[in-house]
Amino acid sequence: MSFPWLTVLALLPLVGAVLMLVVKGPRAKPLALAFSLATLVLAVVVALQYRPGGGMQFVEQVVWIRPLGAHYALGLDGIGLTLVLLTAVLTPIVMIASWNDAEERKPGETDAPEPGRNKWGPAAFMGLVLCIESFGLFAFTSIDVFLFYLFFEVILIPMYFLIGAFGGSRRSYAAGKFLLFGLFGGFVMLASVIGLYVVSARAGTPSYLLSDLMRLDIPETTGRWLFVGFMVAFAIKAPLVPFHSWMPDAAEQSTPGGAVLLAGVLDKVGTFGMIRFCLYLFPEASRWATPVVLTLATVSIIYGALMAIVSKDLHRLIGWTSISHFGFIVLGIFAFTSQSMVGSTLYMLNHGLSTAALFLAAGFMIKRRNSRQIGDFGGVQKVAPVLTGLLLFAGLSTMALPGLSSFVSEFMVLGGTFSRHPAFASIATVGIVLAALYVLIMYQRTATGPVTEQVREHVTSDLGTRERLALAPLVLLILVLGFFPKPLLGAIEPTVAATMTHVGVSDPAHPVAEEGR
Amino acid sequence: MSVLSSSVAAVTMEITAPKIEYGTLMPFILVFLVACLGVLVEALAPRTLRFGLQMLLTFGGIVVALLITVLNWLTGARGEVAVGAVTADVPTYFFWVVLLVFSGLSFLIFADRKLENGALAFTPQGAATPGSAAEQEAITARVEHTEVFPLAMFALSGMMLFPASNDLLTMFVALEILSLPLYLLCGLGRRRRLLSQESSLKYFLLGALSSAFFLYGVALVYGYAGSFQLSDIAVALNTSDQKDGLLLAGMALIGVGLLFKFGAVPFHSWTPDVYAGAPTGVTAFMAACTKIAAVGALLRVFYVAFGGMRWDWQPLLLIVTVATMFVGAVLGITQTDVKRMLAYSSIAHAGFILTAVTAASQLGTGKPAGSLSSISAVGFYLVAYGAATLGAFGIVTMVRDRGGEATLLSSWAGLGRRSPLTATVFSLFLLSFAGIPLTSGFIGKWSVFAAAWAARDYWLVVVAVVLSLVAAFFYLRVIIVMFFSEPELEATGAQPGTVVRPGWTTLTAVGVGVVATVALGVFPGPVLALAQQAGEFLR
Repeated sequence: MSFPWLTVLALLPLVGAVLMLVVKGPRAKPLALAFSLATLVLAVVVALQYRPGGGMQFVEQVVWIRPLGAHYALGLDGIGLTLVLLTAVLTPIVMIASWNDAEERKPGETDAPEPGRNKWGPAAFMGLVLCIESFGLFAFTSIDVFLFYLFFEVILIPMYFLIGAFGGSRRSYAAGKFLLFGLFGGFVMLASVIGLYVVSARAGTPSYLLSDLMRLDIPETTGRWLFVGFMVAFAIKAPLVPFHSWMPDAAEQSTPGGAVLLAGVLDKVGTFGMIRFCLYLFPEASRWATPVVLTLATVSIIYGALMAIVSKDLHRLIGWTSISHFGFIVLGIFAFTSQSMVGSTLYMLNHGLSTAALFLAAGFMIKRRNSRQIGDFGGVQKVAPVLTGLLLFAGLSTMALPGLSSFVSEFMVLGGTFSRHPAFASIATVGIVLAALYVLIMYQRTATGPVTEQVREHVTSDLGTRERLALAPLVLLILVLGFFPKPLLGAIEPTVAATMTHVGVSDPAHPVAEEGR
Repeated sequence: MSVLSSSVAAVTMEITAPKIEYGTLMPFILVFLVACLGVLVEALAPRTLRFGLQMLLTFGGIVVALLITVLNWLTGARGEVAVGAVTADVPTYFFWVVLLVFSGLSFLIFADRKLENGALAFTPQGAATPGSAAEQEAITARVEHTEVFPLAMFALSGMMLFPASNDLLTMFVALEILSLPLYLLCGLGRRRRLLSQESSLKYFLLGALSSAFFLYGVALVYGYAGSFQLSDIAVALNTSDQKDGLLLAGMALIGVGLLFKFGAVPFHSWTPDVYAGAPTGVTAFMAACTKIAAVGALLRVFYVAFGGMRWDWQPLLLIVTVATMFVGAVLGITQTDVKRMLAYSSIAHAGFILTAVTAASQLGTGKPAGSLSSISAVGFYLVAYGAATLGAFGIVTMVRDRGGEATLLSSWAGLGRRSPLTATVFSLFLLSFAGIPLTSGFIGKWSVFAAAWAARDYWLVVVAVVLSLVAAFFYLRVIIVMFFSEPELEATGAQPGTVVRPGWTTLTAVGVGVVATVALGVFPGPVLALAQQAGEFLR
């Protein structure tokens, strides 16, 4: 058996997290960062070995729970690789950006934001971040439904504590809401996971391996019900209207770093699951559900953008923009054209990068002013030009300015969708206009205009070295991928092509195979 | 099957000396014998030696009984024994092993003398009026009720006989053997004695009533089938020329008696009061072991004897199942006392277990080859739930204030910061109850829901899944209180609970709970395989 790359990759952060239990004091943070950087290096090494078009790679497969047919099975395809890289990149950035967010209060210091906050200490923060990274990596590489389900559920727990222990004043409420929504999705999916087991057991030996389940002949009605179970869980996690309402609260109450992981890694498990499990396991049901899913996605795009425009809280605003963006991603997945699906995959990466930049830049600004309310800012660009410059850059990336990475993916999603569903694509295009509105209005209110009294008092410094170090890689990646997305596209395209073949759809340009076969 | 039962009938006709398979029955006999010896120790041994002797007898007896059970399981001693009074089949052995292990663990919680400064957590003198001078005298003289050990062993022997009984009369006797010592044990709390005695009385009155129901049911079924033997009843379902009314009424009454012990709605109302009032060790014993014995008996009676009537009992049991899950999960949310919360949690779990019982996946055509049967699913669930329950109650004994155990939820506020390890361990048990993956509770939920799904009870699975979420909410609340809340003591008048380091016995019980919860969550394979072996009753 060859070297278990994926196991090592996904376990490494977990080892770091366990060490955080033991290591206390000033050594904890550098150690955690070292672990996340090592994971990044390992992820890059894996990516360099990845052969585009080679199907599922680095496969490890061991029977785990025989009576249940569960396997410990990991594998990597182009879509998984994209998300593994995103996770590995975001984690160290989050750590650098949140370096001082979780400091314990010094004795005698009384002006901590809320009572009870920050008593957990930086080691716990870093440990939870590493846990999320590890579980995310496991989820993105699982090729066994049971294994995926485990990490899909378990990743909720560290995120719950990350919000609940380090967030804002209503963190307990937000964390609880987040966990309950997540658990609801998880339990609904559990019913479907059990259903799959019974179907698979009836066909012979029970097995949860994706490759075994794909060969199953699932009866039409059963398949549709099971699909609904999976889809609801993924739509809650993604999040899609009407399952979205936990997201603005969770984003609002998280620390900036927590919010980055939430929107950048955790929510991606939902959209990833749609491609990997909904489409692969239930091709017929996926085609059947397309009209509903596309409608929900379009509603998400418009509704999320509108709500972002009227948000008064910076974090909440970014949370709503994410809902709008997840609408685009889902739209691209269920439009069933190779262009839109490749676009969606790329979108997942780009959304992770640009939202991370936006959350972090906004977070640096919030930290200085000690308020998340947009109305409390004004004229910041005169006091902290680099900070607002990066905020604007991140905002422009969020609204998909040409030349930045998200433009490529948004264009592909809309272009691909248009070739099959022109109506949906046209409505979704309105989302782009709205995006310009929410980004520019937010920038205008916070950064431009006369410098207000409070801003002059509180915002006394521009970005420091550590903060620039956290944002620099994101800016770099957004620019590079904006002009040179080819290597990634090369890895994603064959995987998407395989998915399309399995679902039984092909691009509308081909006259023979139409949808509804 | 009919050959077997007719041959048994022939044996009983001839009135020869009954043949008793002592080897097969030895674990049960041993436990009973140890209990009798324990009584002698109380009568004859000097006070200073009693605790040590009782410990030796109790745990020695349990270990030896466990070894013999395993040996019998492996050597394949199967069949009806003691003239058809008891069935020794794989489910019997499975239940015996689980019962012996879990009762051993709960007796470890009984045996803790460190938490109460060198005395057991039981009242020094049960006969003394609470608050009287006699009580004070007994406390200062450091008198101990070491009788709790033989009492608990008597209860255990009843629990072992209960799911193994092959005729309804034996089952009734077992029911009484297991119940009477429990009534007594409930009333022996050291602190809050009035509550403890109240719980004892409540349990006794309601328990006696339910026993009467059970006995009446047995009589009616005898009237219908002309036999107490489960296999004879199964045959009579097809052949008897009696009216069905006798059978249906008898079946319902027997069901009431069993569901009462199991704590299913609408026969659950004793559970919160008794669980909260009884000494915590006894609560743990009841929550883990009584449930196992009761569901074992329920499965055996309804699958072996009334299996042919499942179209009649399934709809009713379905209603009970949904009601049990609903009441346990919803009322659990409003609880402000940890022990009462755990009591409602145990009701909710009874409901989840019943989803598999109701499904009866091996009776119909529902069970696909190679998958878990209802009995296997229930068996695994009981192991997972029992381990977490024992651990959780073990933790409850450790969180204390000046008045003893601090069971008010508000005095647990901020425990996560005062004693992070204890709070984390308790959270682990709560997460297992909630069915979060990588804990044993998840695999347990998976198994029972899979059994229900296999029997095509799709909507039952959906309801169960939704109610799992409601139940998860109240476990979550406790975690929030422990980790994210500041103590608000003025409002409730509670004192902050602090963790007192218990003796090694309680630590062992909690430790085993932790290990089992994690191990069964990550590597459930071996125990699932054992449960799978116990997938079918011998008929």
